Amino acid sequence: MSAQAPTGDLMARFGVSAARRRKDRVARGTILAATIVALIPLVLIVYYLLSKGLGAWSSSFFTTDPTGNTFFKSESIGGIKSAILGTVEMVALASAISVPVGVGVAIWLVEYGKSSWFAHTVRFFVDVLTGVPSIVFGLFIYIVLIVGTGSSFAGYKGSLALSLLMLPVVIRSAEVILLLVPSGLRESALALGAPRWKVIFSIVLPTALPGMVTGMLLAVARAAGETAPLLFTAASTKATSFNLSGFMNSLPVQIYGDVTSPTTAVVNRAWGAALTLVVMILALNLLARLISRRSRLA
Amino acid sequence: MEAASIPGGDRALPARSPLARLPDKLLRYALTLLAGLILALIVFFFVRLVGEARPAFAKAGVLGFAFDNNWTPSAERFGALPLVLGTLITSSLALIIGVPIAIATAIYATELCPIRLRTGLTVLVELLAAVPSVVYGLWGIFFLAPKLQGTEQWFADRLSFIPFIGGGLVTIPNYFITGLVLAIMILPIVSAISREVMSTVPADHKEAALGLGATRWEMIRIAVVPYCRAGIVGGAMLGLGRAIGETIAVTILIGDAPKLGSQLFGQGYSLAAVVANEFGEAQGVHRSALFAAGLVLFVLTLLVNGVARGLVVRSARSTRQSGPTPGMGASVLVADTAAGA
Repeated sequence: MSAQAPTGDLMARFGVSAARRRKDRVARGTILAATIVALIPLVLIVYYLLSKGLGAWSSSFFTTDPTGNTFFKSESIGGIKSAILGTVEMVALASAISVPVGVGVAIWLVEYGKSSWFAHTVRFFVDVLTGVPSIVFGLFIYIVLIVGTGSSFAGYKGSLALSLLMLPVVIRSAEVILLLVPSGLRESALALGAPRWKVIFSIVLPTALPGMVTGMLLAVARAAGETAPLLFTAASTKATSFNLSGFMNSLPVQIYGDVTSPTTAVVNRAWGAALTLVVMILALNLLARLISRRSRLA
Repeated sequence: MEAASIPGGDRALPARSPLARLPDKLLRYALTLLAGLILALIVFFFVRLVGEARPAFAKAGVLGFAFDNNWTPSAERFGALPLVLGTLITSSLALIIGVPIAIATAIYATELCPIRLRTGLTVLVELLAAVPSVVYGLWGIFFLAPKLQGTEQWFADRLSFIPFIGGGLVTIPNYFITGLVLAIMILPIVSAISREVMSTVPADHKEAALGLGATRWEMIRIAVVPYCRAGIVGGAMLGLGRAIGETIAVTILIGDAPKLGSQLFGQGYSLAAVVANEFGEAQGVHRSALFAAGLVLFVLTLLVNGVARGLVVRSARSTRQSGPTPGMGASVLVADTAAGA
């Protein structure tokens, strides 16, 4: 933060003309107003999520599967149990894939690749992955695992699409943290005669781990909210399933399906599911923030 | 200091047996392979996508696909112009509405805000990134669109002399609402990158401006904004990439009418929305056309993001001389995880 600008009387005494002072006031006012405008949608979204979503919440809402029966009252349309479990299962598998791979690539970038041309190429492609629309990841997996194998939708295919999407976030965040591990630690371990792999596994990784968890949790939070890659990889089903090679329901896909319904009760279920999803994602974000504050690095 | 001599200096350095060196080599090769695999995977996906999209391009020609204004799957006509323009209209709207607000938020947070409020403000803006796309769609279609319909109709009536903007009947799902919601969705990323870049402006520059008698606003205009221009433009383009690839919220809000909307407040379609909406029942050439739409989307976001990353990285390099990675701060990381579908 720079020095305090002279304000009010002081500006007048310094001979700042009235016109310039007015312009200053107007510009600052506009910036403040725009900042407040930026916060309005947040307030509105939170308000509507709470007011509509809490109304849909009940104990049976979380313990029953959607019935597909939309012509009757809200008791008979069912809840979101299969959607919650499906999201948890698929995101867990996606994390199990993308976290080891992502951390591995990050280690390679920091410990081996450094600033070679190959490392720069990898970094560039990882950045490219960050910007790829998530529906395109869905298409990729569809082409390779559904057209390619001639089989049908499955939960694990959805997980793979999600893991592609998580990968760049995991890699880039892990890389940033690994770079912060003091090189003195590495050098002293090497000087004591430890081989490279031992330095990585028993010095670098344990030091960086708490910091890396933050990025991982953010990646998980991102994957949990995605709809598009799941639409034609995991599809959806109504029943709770623990079989990742079969069709799977998920919260975002269920919300997407319910939005288009003409029945008020089904739309209310979408609000309840949306509130559930946002609470889950916010909890992950909060946890990530807490851990990053505890971490010694960053 | 005197160079320390190794006690027993004539002894050979403690060499490891080849067997003991094996894990080191293995780890190195395995990790290099992993990194190479990522590249191979992207190239492989791209080639397969092109392969799957080929029948559609063969039928309409690449230019015919991109510039023919006729998307009628039932008649096997696949001209994607209405989709491409729908994507461009909504994402430019998102930029026009979202970027000035995002930059203002960044300026306020870095230059004007009382320090006590700064973290809170940053966190609140970042919260927008934590809301999933489908929830934006839900909120947009059931709250925002009906609430704004009257206002939109008023504007459409008053501005009916301007082609495209005015005239006609306002529908609940339309281009404008889509652009508005997209603007909210890109706000966190554009704001985070602008903030990050603005925090690199040397205090000397700002103090020099103030010392020469500039008011706070003049200081922002002459010292802060020119210094960060490339970074801010890069941030805005990353936002553009987001807006172009955004799928589910757009599918819900744009109305999914497979023709070029005649007005801003009418229904339309976009590249991402067509894939999400029609893929389920598509067969044969239709499905291939949807792959082609996905390919166009992929290439478009690739170009936009490539340029954007270049600008942000250059701006970060020229200001900070950071190491091999122009490391983005934590807040950018958070905003970067904004749900993109």
